[in-house]
Amino acid sequence: MSAYQNSEQMKGDFYTQKFEAGKRDGTLILNMGPQHPSTHGVLRIVVELDGEYVVRAEPVLGYLHRMHEKMGETQTWGGFIPNMGRVDYGHPMAWNWAYCGAVEKLMGIEVPERAELLRVIMTELNRLTSHLLWWGAYILDLGAFTPIMYAFDDREMLLDILQRPTASRLTYSNFRVGGLQMDVDDKCIEMIKAFIPHFRKRLPMYKDLVTDNLILRRRIEDIGIIDQDMCRRYGCTGPVLRGAGVAYDVRRAEPYSVYDRFDFEIPTQTSACSAGRYLVRVAEMEQSMRIIEQAIEMLPSAQGGYIVDKAPKPAMKPPVGEAYFCVEGGRGKVGVYVVSDGSKTPYRVKLRAPGFSNLSAFAEAATGTLIADAVAILGSLDLIIPEIDR
Amino acid sequence: MNTFRKHVIQPIIDCWSLIVGLKITGKYFCKPLITVHYPREVIDSENLSTYGGHVELIGKPKDPATPKCISCMMCVTNCPSGCLTVVKSKAPKPTADQEAAWKAAEEAGEKVEKPKAPKNPAKFIYDYTKCSLCGTCIENCPAKSLRFSNNIYWVATSRAEMKIDLLARLKGQAAEVSAPAHAPKSEASAPAEKEA
Repeated sequence: MSAYQNSEQMKGDFYTQKFEAGKRDGTLILNMGPQHPSTHGVLRIVVELDGEYVVRAEPVLGYLHRMHEKMGETQTWGGFIPNMGRVDYGHPMAWNWAYCGAVEKLMGIEVPERAELLRVIMTELNRLTSHLLWWGAYILDLGAFTPIMYAFDDREMLLDILQRPTASRLTYSNFRVGGLQMDVDDKCIEMIKAFIPHFRKRLPMYKDLVTDNLILRRRIEDIGIIDQDMCRRYGCTGPVLRGAGVAYDVRRAEPYSVYDRFDFEIPTQTSACSAGRYLVRVAEMEQSMRIIEQAIEMLPSAQGGYIVDKAPKPAMKPPVGEAYFCVEGGRGKVGVYVVSDGSKTPYRVKLRAPGFSNLSAFAEAATGTLIADAVAILGSLDLIIPEIDR
Repeated sequence: MNTFRKHVIQPIIDCWSLIVGLKITGKYFCKPLITVHYPREVIDSENLSTYGGHVELIGKPKDPATPKCISCMMCVTNCPSGCLTVVKSKAPKPTADQEAAWKAAEEAGEKVEKPKAPKNPAKFIYDYTKCSLCGTCIENCPAKSLRFSNNIYWVATSRAEMKIDLLARLKGQAAEVSAPAHAPKSEASAPAEKEA
């Protein structure tokens, strides 16, 4: 019990009261969030501080819980797709794909080649927007304002491109069981072809402006060590795992769709610190562009249309059974598990959010660091709170 | 000596990165604006045309004030959020003379052809507060009578305003289009024809 917990006025709510102070005297229990700019939405972290140092940290979740999994049990199979756009606003296409992939697996639908390639192109473009959003917001967390303007300049171009085939700019729900909602027009392909060289030119500028910056490097290097062992214990995936030196990427480890045809590298860093995760994400943007280029080359010779013939209606009835499908999202392994009892609505939908596992590692990684570093560690995990709470 | 280099000389060398960053900032500072000052300027119509706003009805090519809708209720059944309300039209009420004539014909053993209910909907109410803009209604419309509007500047000041009467909206659009000349009318129905 710290002095603060004894005071009637300052004892706080359930989480603060149950948060037992350590053996040390004179520590301060502090709430970071739920309304704090550095926590990206409504994450709350209860921290025990000894001066400026974090003795213990505990994330409190549930402020953005929208019961997506339960909603799945009341919606029709097709009617659940818009929910997938809302789970993770950063990289909604990965969620769309994971859900549609699971239902396709359950129903035994084979998606046409063209639809698969279009899915790859759109998901990779969306990964770029996701990483750009993270990049700008992370630097913003660390106190630099202007880089987010550069990131959003490029991100706006991507949103304009993605607006054409999806008719939305943030919460995409254009995947359908068996393909996509609509086809991509020639103008859109032209825009993508024009964007990639433009963005290639911008990446060195990002490097000069931010990545090489002395202040940033000193700020994020060697803090928040999440090594391989820790990743295994908490189930961290995505750039957090690759930043710890493990070249694990669902696109390569269990190639779904047409990912086995593309030539791309899996960037890794061995430092396992915040800077390692930062560099992995920046390097991933280049790899995404390589995949898009190759997919666009393959597109004219691809078979089939943008959706399978006789695509199932939203009120489809998949056969009794269960299926699990996972894809590589911007934050890690996105998995969807569906169970069907043969009716119009799913019996159960389970969503595996990578952010949830990544956040779990935060408490351990932040222990013993300065509170300012804790913010830098939190940002480097690339958390999207809606995805964690679901 | 090594620690001296690490703690004194290296940081000074690293400071060059700050100058590089400032150079970039200066370069971009001199470039023209890429943002738009909204009320005075607006973004180009090319970008607006692909904007997916709320759902709207498409009129018949020859009669833009009447929707292509056949009141089949596919949109209502498939909408995940239940934001559409469609009321079918009823058959016109027969007059007393007509009823008497039909009765007489039926008694005589003839087949009576009663007027059928028109296919057009009587009401088409759309609740934008519930819509998640997934486009399921648009895909499932057999008559291709729905599309996303590109009504980007639309605002509502109350919740009641968010309930849009799409039939009234279509009539308003048709009146607007046909007012100056007949030429823009074909342009308005062009995407509909392409889809069909």
